Amino acid sequence: MATTKTKIEKDYDDIPGTYVFDAERSRLGYHLNMFCMSLMKAENRKAFKANEEKYLDQFPLSPAQREAVLKRQYNRMLELGGNIYFTAKLGATDGHPFQHLAAVMTGSTQQDYADLMLRGGRSVEGNRSRTAKQETKSKASGSASRSKGKKRRG
Amino acid sequence: MARIIAGVTSSHVPAIGAAIDNHRTNEPYWQRVFEGFERSKEWIAKAKPDVVIGVYNDHASAFSVEVIPTFALGTAAEFPPADEGWGPRPVPVVKGHTELASHIAQSVILDEFDLTLCNKMEVDHGLTVPLNLMFGSPKEWPCPVIPLAVNVVQYPPPTGHRCFMLGKAIKKAVESYPEDLKVVIFGTGGMSHQISGQRAGLINSKFDRAFLDNLTKDPKKLTRMPHLEYMREAGAEGVELVMWLIMRGALDDKVDEVYRFYTVPASNTAVGHIILENRIKGAKKSAARRAGAKPAAKGKKPGSKKPAPKLKRAASRQKVDRVRS
Repeated sequence: MATTKTKIEKDYDDIPGTYVFDAERSRLGYHLNMFCMSLMKAENRKAFKANEEKYLDQFPLSPAQREAVLKRQYNRMLELGGNIYFTAKLGATDGHPFQHLAAVMTGSTQQDYADLMLRGGRSVEGNRSRTAKQETKSKASGSASRSKGKKRRG
Repeated sequence: MARIIAGVTSSHVPAIGAAIDNHRTNEPYWQRVFEGFERSKEWIAKAKPDVVIGVYNDHASAFSVEVIPTFALGTAAEFPPADEGWGPRPVPVVKGHTELASHIAQSVILDEFDLTLCNKMEVDHGLTVPLNLMFGSPKEWPCPVIPLAVNVVQYPPPTGHRCFMLGKAIKKAVESYPEDLKVVIFGTGGMSHQISGQRAGLINSKFDRAFLDNLTKDPKKLTRMPHLEYMREAGAEGVELVMWLIMRGALDDKVDEVYRFYTVPASNTAVGHIILENRIKGAKKSAARRAGAKPAAKGKKPGSKKPAPKLKRAASRQKVDRVRS
């Protein structure tokens, strides 16, 4: 058998701004998530805070995963197989409420994000699919395209 | 014979637990949420279940990415609250019902649902927040609770149809248990929310309302909804609503919706709550049964006046619906 890798297309990849934590991501992110899981113990949180690089040496993370953790790039962590319920433990270790993470992931400030939720949340209109999003965007002559929070990545 | 008398759905937002634990329930933001459960507390105090079956999901507390059971039934005698990173929640240990749980396990597995059985398991906010919302903060939970943890963390969760059918198998199991027990089943989580990625903050109240309507009247329609639709319409994490279909499957086809509450937001989430009662076979009016016959049969204060005359079920149906704007 040839060892060519087949990229399986997934219907949910069309949902914008979303990294579905499936079996493939779970496999890629196993050590990243196990690192996050270790932060449930107070002594581990202490050790991590004392020396992040050294603490991370215990986990065979990919260089990209390691960088994402050190830089607290929460979307990048999700892209590289992290799961939000696990990465939230890193946020908690930093002493952040969850809405801080949500703000980081949506390219917003915590206050703006909290206000968005109070207004009833992010509308599903224009957020259902990438294709529809593209259409809306071209109609609106790309007015939203410069917004950092709206940037989508594969 | 044991029987399921009602089903309850409830949000299990961790921030609700934090508001309770940090005594912030009187803040206007949280008051709005907790007020919606005041009537529910009265309802459950009256319904007095002997056992609660709590359908919920674990959030990387008892299960990490090492082992991912799709359906895990708690058969232990007790389930301590998990340390979710801030120390365990200051809530009572959840006491199980080992006999009924083992009976359900046996019956359901022979009905071809391959459950994972947990004789040791910690439980997180997913289970304990709904207990708080329904029972308040007592020193001990008023009845045993059988936890049923469903994987909704790693895609794919079980399908809505599978969940609904599992509910039916649980109903059959409960009804074949010889002891006379009143069981209430909780379906927790939801409603629309996304807490990950650039689309975090998504709320879809239109979807949620239709979901609540169908849950009561046409749950079979919901069992045909693919995961993609949940995720697209109700957010990546909104797919956890499939757990509600286990609750609904465990009830009769026709139920009475006795209470509904919906509000946005609690933290990042739309809060949906509904109470569905099975109709009592052979009883004309369940309200009459509950208000009169039951206490008299127990010999408690016979002839004592009923507090407020209870309205008929249909008339007492309550819907509370708020969206902050």
